[in-house]
Amino acid sequence: MTPGSEQISNRAYGPVPRKEDARFVRGKGTFVDDVALPGMLYGAILRSPLAHARIRSVDTAAAEAHPSVEAVMTGTTLAGRNLAWMPTLSADVQAVLATDKVRFQGQEIAFVVARDRYSARDALELINVEYDPLPAVIDARTALDPGAGVIRDDLAGRADNRIFDWSAGDKAATDAVFAAAEVVVAQDMLYPRVHPAPLETCGAVADLDQVSGRLTIWCTTQAPHAHRTLYALVTGLPEHKIRIISPDIGGGFGNKVPIYPGYLCAVVGTMLTGRPVKWVEDRSENLMSTTFARDYHMRGEIAGTRDGKILGLRATVLADHGAFNGAAQPTRFPAGFFHIFTGSYDLQAAYCEVTGVYTNKAPGGVAYSCSFRITEAVYLVERMVDILAGEIGMDPAELRMRNLLRPEQFPYTCPTGWQYDSGDYPRALRVAMDLAGYQDLRREQADKRKRGEFMGIGISFFTEGVGAGPRKQMDILGLGMADGADLRIYPTGKAVLSVSCQTQGQGHETTFAQLVAGELGLSPDDVEVVHGDTDRTPFGLGTYGSRSTAVSGAAAVVAARKVRERARIVAAAMMEVSPDDLEWSDGAWRVRGDPDQAAPIAAIAMAAHSGLQLPDGVEGHLDAGTVYDPPNLTFPFGAYICVTDVDPGTGEVVVRRFIAVDDCGVRINPTIVEGQIHGGLADGVGMALMQAIAFDPEGNCLGGSFMDYLLPTAVECPSWELGATVTPSPHHPIGAKGIGESATVGSPAAVVNSVIDALAPFGVRHADMPLTPAAVWSAIQGRPIRSDLAITD
Amino acid sequence: MQIAVNVNGTEYSRVVEPRLLLIHFIRDELRLTGSHWGCDTSNCGACVLWLDDTPVKSCTVLAAMADGRRVRTVEGLERDGELDPVQQGFARCHGLQCGFCTPGMMLTARWLLDHNPDPSDEEIRAAISGQICRCTGYENIVRAVRWAARHEAAAERSQAGGRGDPGEGGEVA
Repeated sequence: MTPGSEQISNRAYGPVPRKEDARFVRGKGTFVDDVALPGMLYGAILRSPLAHARIRSVDTAAAEAHPSVEAVMTGTTLAGRNLAWMPTLSADVQAVLATDKVRFQGQEIAFVVARDRYSARDALELINVEYDPLPAVIDARTALDPGAGVIRDDLAGRADNRIFDWSAGDKAATDAVFAAAEVVVAQDMLYPRVHPAPLETCGAVADLDQVSGRLTIWCTTQAPHAHRTLYALVTGLPEHKIRIISPDIGGGFGNKVPIYPGYLCAVVGTMLTGRPVKWVEDRSENLMSTTFARDYHMRGEIAGTRDGKILGLRATVLADHGAFNGAAQPTRFPAGFFHIFTGSYDLQAAYCEVTGVYTNKAPGGVAYSCSFRITEAVYLVERMVDILAGEIGMDPAELRMRNLLRPEQFPYTCPTGWQYDSGDYPRALRVAMDLAGYQDLRREQADKRKRGEFMGIGISFFTEGVGAGPRKQMDILGLGMADGADLRIYPTGKAVLSVSCQTQGQGHETTFAQLVAGELGLSPDDVEVVHGDTDRTPFGLGTYGSRSTAVSGAAAVVAARKVRERARIVAAAMMEVSPDDLEWSDGAWRVRGDPDQAAPIAAIAMAAHSGLQLPDGVEGHLDAGTVYDPPNLTFPFGAYICVTDVDPGTGEVVVRRFIAVDDCGVRINPTIVEGQIHGGLADGVGMALMQAIAFDPEGNCLGGSFMDYLLPTAVECPSWELGATVTPSPHHPIGAKGIGESATVGSPAAVVNSVIDALAPFGVRHADMPLTPAAVWSAIQGRPIRSDLAITD
Repeated sequence: MQIAVNVNGTEYSRVVEPRLLLIHFIRDELRLTGSHWGCDTSNCGACVLWLDDTPVKSCTVLAAMADGRRVRTVEGLERDGELDPVQQGFARCHGLQCGFCTPGMMLTARWLLDHNPDPSDEEIRAAISGQICRCTGYENIVRAVRWAARHEAAAERSQAGGRGDPGEGGEVA
């Protein structure tokens, strides 16, 4: 057993092998690009080489004359159908194909539909676009300068590049705490632009049946139902005629939440040609045009006492959202859940201000396993705590231990209003420190420093809030964040669960079968999980923000418990006793005091479908469904420790060890949970050390391929050392919390804290991610570099 | 141009454009969609398959270059209805999540074990270092390859009269 973990009582839970793997290890998965329909055509997108320019003309005549081309669409074509612009998930609009201006390098201008992939690409070369270049706004810090060009002159009354100003917390109380504090430390820090870069890029196959009017879209989407509603609203097609199929998805990480222009172009393509149209972007298109993450320019301030009591926290953020505000988050939260930035600590007051700006860069901001900006929040507070520890000369583990929330404070309402459901933070940190051998590491570090070797020990403690809604507070474009589950029990006791969430590798087909099996005394093999097809599943908002287990999983359990209660009535009729005389134990309804007189679900299901005279309260059959509206977020947490070795001569960082203790409440399938943590830790190492999408002053994207946007491989990753504690969520039906993003949220700060810790002898207090050899070397020289821009002074 | 390629033991003859990439030939012409396309620049390895006896990134190999040669894809790993130990290892050790990198990873792993039946963790990591997985953090891929190595060693001992199954070995934990 993993150190610190506890036994799980439900016997359906545990490390059962995944059902999904049988097809994947044989190469029999069905990804969007594997879909091939008779007569299918291929689309390709012409993209802007410029970051900001007025479009003078788009000449498609030569492309249309290409012998293999079936259709060419431009913004003008779409404008004729009122489809040139589409709503974003943040209540802005985004150009599908540009009509007036291009606003970022890689923006969509024209769409070619041809009989094969290569011809579609060939025809792009035949389109002639004339531009009037405009100055580009690339550095977010200059976006609000008086002379900055207005990027969104399409929006009425827009005189500058400001999207929003937003704040949370009590400003006056925070100011008072800071004014009276013994120690105040401030630090500017950048969470650079990164990209989720799932290994499968985005794509769609759209097929409009000209006779029935039914539109089927196979699409790389994490939110098929929400997409269906949006397609209906945008295209005017009736929603019941639209079917979204999200087949096997090659990773999402938030990249596949929004609707992209390419999807809509494929839809218009099938409308124009009457044939199925496939569009799959290439890697550069994925990196340059689909949703990025972060790009948060933050200033943190922390107030405390000399003896190590943290009192207050302030954050001022400039948020670069790119050319269109397409951040995928609950609509009423323009900075996502960033205002959970007080993290895991018992503070007196906190206040944050966020200003969102447009720049001539690709749109996005919320993606990449960030739990709606909590990764930015965790990074800020965990860097600030380390900086305060350095300022007062206290071990960062000791400072954290003194200020972590105590178990008796839960449920805890933080200074910005979030109510944390449950936690035992000191225990998690102790388990992590024991696993790491923390004191031994500190001794080793001291010895090495004497020898001129530089190792670092970095800690990060995080609290996430995941599993949105409640629907009353959280919606996306008016769609409340709740999820449905339908459970059918066949006469032989086999079950089919249909859920509105959608797996991109999380293993829902296995985990959700375990959930139902656990409630009904079945084997997970007896439960089939249907997902990712709007025709076959109930409505719900989908899989992102670690919400599947927290919301859809809860829905599955509630539906199963409804089935179980219905079965109780049938069982009572079968055994000719009162339902009150039955108790559920060991996978069956049993007569109290006579447990051998029992009916398992399979027997009850057969009886429910038979001629048995059923009493009032049950209509026959056992099927049940529900929509789960979560009463609160769930709040997973964890303690991470990263050990690095830094070569001061080259700036190279080696992650030697990484210890991660996660508490996500009850673990349904520990193997799947640990796998998700492993993946998130690799993301954290990547973001901390190598991943960033930078731009040159003209707005050329410098991270447009995997040659330039570096992702960690097996040799940059250590063997992860995991631990666990289990603090059940009090409001989730089985006590589970989301886990999908914890490691990505929590780990970057641990890596950066570790590297900065290694560099302490050089007087380095902070350096921005990614800590590439060049960045580390420059920090040692006292000349830190800006990682978001290619050109520095 | 006309090419003839032996894919997983079957001879295919097709007329293709000279510029056609091997990955598109395999996926679109032969409809063997287990091999995936991921990056265009030979960085991610989702398209790894064997050309003759060597793993190659088929997004940067022309189909024409495979003329007269043998190709092995994930669809050719299974033998006589039995999964290759590498495939078994990936399933047993949770060596995959979304499954997109998996075929390429398994083909490299198969090549590694053919040349180094008892690789160290470092050797496994080096072997797959030209390929990217976005889900697993590589931990369970390494375990999966190690499991396969042990399984094959045990099977050989068994044939030689020794003990058989390597057991679960706690690899899934």
